[in-house]
Amino acid sequence: MSGYTPELKELIKKVEATRGKRVEKAKRGEHFPALTMDERERWLKKYHPDYKSEGRRKVSVGPNKGEVLPEEVSVLLESKSMLNPGNIDLGKVDFSTDVLIIGGGGAGTAAALTAEMEGQSVIVSTKLRHGDSNTVMAEGGIQCASQEGDSPYFHYLDVIGGGHFTNDPSLVSALANDAPVVISWLEELGVMFDKLPDGRMKVRHGGGTSRKRMHSAGDMTGAEIMRVLKDEVRNRSEKIKVLEFSPAVELLTDKTGKVSGAVLHNLETKEYYIVKAKATIIATGGFGRLHIQGFPTTNHYGATADGIVMAYRAGASLVDMGSTQYHPTGAVYPEQNVGLLITEKVRGLGAHILNIEGEEFCFPLEPRDVESSCIIRECGEAGKGITTPTGRVGTWLDSPMIDILHGNGTVRKELPAKYIQFKRYNIDISREPMLVYPTLHYQNGGLKIDGEARTDVEGLFASGEVSGGVHGRNRLMGNSLLDVLVFGKRAGKSASDYVKSLSHETVPTLDHIKRFHREIEKAGIENPVTGPMLLPDYTPEHVRKRQWG
Amino acid sequence: MAEDKKTKPEPGDLSIPPEGAKMIPIYIMGSEYLVPETLTVMKAVEYAGYRYIRGCGCRGGICGACATFYRFVGDYKLKAGLACQTVIGPGMIITQLPFFPSNRPDYNLDKIEGDLHGELRRLYPEVFKCIGCGTCTRTCPMDIDVMDYIALMKRGDLKGAAVKSFDCVMCGLCASRCPAQISQFTAAMFVRRLVGKYILPRAGHLEKRVSEVKSGRYENMFKKLKGMKTEDLKKLYVKREREPDLSEPGVWMPEDKEHL
Repeated sequence: MSGYTPELKELIKKVEATRGKRVEKAKRGEHFPALTMDERERWLKKYHPDYKSEGRRKVSVGPNKGEVLPEEVSVLLESKSMLNPGNIDLGKVDFSTDVLIIGGGGAGTAAALTAEMEGQSVIVSTKLRHGDSNTVMAEGGIQCASQEGDSPYFHYLDVIGGGHFTNDPSLVSALANDAPVVISWLEELGVMFDKLPDGRMKVRHGGGTSRKRMHSAGDMTGAEIMRVLKDEVRNRSEKIKVLEFSPAVELLTDKTGKVSGAVLHNLETKEYYIVKAKATIIATGGFGRLHIQGFPTTNHYGATADGIVMAYRAGASLVDMGSTQYHPTGAVYPEQNVGLLITEKVRGLGAHILNIEGEEFCFPLEPRDVESSCIIRECGEAGKGITTPTGRVGTWLDSPMIDILHGNGTVRKELPAKYIQFKRYNIDISREPMLVYPTLHYQNGGLKIDGEARTDVEGLFASGEVSGGVHGRNRLMGNSLLDVLVFGKRAGKSASDYVKSLSHETVPTLDHIKRFHREIEKAGIENPVTGPMLLPDYTPEHVRKRQWG
Repeated sequence: MAEDKKTKPEPGDLSIPPEGAKMIPIYIMGSEYLVPETLTVMKAVEYAGYRYIRGCGCRGGICGACATFYRFVGDYKLKAGLACQTVIGPGMIITQLPFFPSNRPDYNLDKIEGDLHGELRRLYPEVFKCIGCGTCTRTCPMDIDVMDYIALMKRGDLKGAAVKSFDCVMCGLCASRCPAQISQFTAAMFVRRLVGKYILPRAGHLEKRVSEVKSGRYENMFKKLKGMKTEDLKKLYVKREREPDLSEPGVWMPEDKEHL
């Protein structure tokens, strides 16, 4: 029994008809030609959603005033605080700490462990559970130039070329340089990387890589890393206090504008807490749940750009905030799996992307934005997409090639989570292809940081997806997991050094909010929304209509 | 062929029920709601009008936030799954388990080296009191043979237990049903870290690269790259040699050995 409808099963026959020849070619090392640099640029401009003019507008307040950003982002940057600064007694401090970390995903947790090692007391504020983040959803792997035929030099080239040379070079070199140190740290913490019997790391290609440097732990690399880091934090609970379901809703600043802690909000009791901190690290992740341009997303429930909103009000500027990554392969069938990320590892293992005729139309391992543009073009202008019973459109991802290329059982062994997620709906991805279309995956831009993870506001550090510049306008697979760890650790170290350098305590205020509210008013923004968003709202229309009052 | 309206993605993650989808009754913590069939439990709960704070995380079956128990009206069997991955059926009675108390003793991973199995026995004596009922295995939403990895732990096959428990999302459903009061998933976490650190052989090539990085070997190369004009950098980028897809790790070597 198959989970595909009879109509789709008919179309799968076309994929099967071309498979033999395609596998033969793959075995000879031949692949569909990649686009030239000029073609890349042309296709991006024509087909990538970032280049559409609809759904984007200028933001009218704050450090990036005048910049054109997605509507969903602009609205939040122009939002007003949940707090009325006049009503709050900041003299009553609930928690005091050396380092406050806002966000409990990979970057925040790496920062927490690093700051603790540096002898600092740490509070981690997190909106959901500790570890609920996009880090756990990173499947395919983490890049690191660990093999003899590779080096951080080539890693650097791949990153900056993949980002179309828009990246901040000092962040790229930090990323490539620290990668081996970070992977070795994880090995030391007991992360079970995929290895050969002699201990050598198994490695694979990802889109845009010149060397095989994708290190993995099954197809749940991020989940494995996150659960290990979280577990280690629990061993260090004397110095690291984790406050779950208590997101920060506003930063605190002193009279000179330095960040000196935050106001947290207990989502269950609705209480606010005042946390005074000598240094503050923002690691709140990205904006997938804003559903830029209406796209479904692979992101976790809490990816609502809260850190961006708070830091922007405190004066931190943004880079590349208008740049969104659409992962080429999000599931579009069955409906229950819509938005589900199909790891790039599937293509790294040799699966082709095919149109309704079962034909290849692009090199399967282009950089992500280019690959997505190819798929959008094939389904749109070329009219060769496959339409699902719910009216979505996609292309085939020919996963059955993997077992033929690498031996029976490879799909089950290398992609266990994906295998289960489709088996639930009676689709065996080692025998039948998947239907995929680009899905909102990653916030390329974010808070501007330097190589030491400092924002341009004193006392405020940022790391992970919330920050920008590392990947420029396009990120390669396996560099986000690396980013959260490299810059999480750098932020932890940098914040600790900063704490050690401080000579006197500061007095926290909400003056920057008063100023920001005046700026909103002056800009003539009527009825600004309240931010940060904290949680997305999926209440359907039929319920909303009945929520009277 | 695909028209423009079809290529336009639907807003956000709201499900599109297929045309003519049947409305079926489900019972969310006992209250009846009519929802379109084929939704997952999570999307059905949202369709009914609930807004999650707890019990919702990655929405992709990997974070373990949405552990769920359910029964069908008229059937005595208790079932378990993840709300984001389980499809509803008519007469489904649902409750989520967003949190379950677990036993997780602290330890210092750096100070264990000696008898790993003995350390497991010291930290988790209850593991050795498993009565072999198999409820954990029947409850696991990831189809892990939990009872079997517990048996492997008892026997001292830590690597086997680590591999067998690897797909665990730590939702806690196994622990919630265990008559021997074992927190299987926390014990497994401990065992996996032991295996990752002490049993899997270390990557020698990585260690070598770390010392090269720490010696500052790449600093001058980065300096050169950072000082380059974009046009020259582009030329270098286009010229990169690509390692063949099917080469064995660590075997292939590029022509350009100067930058290794």
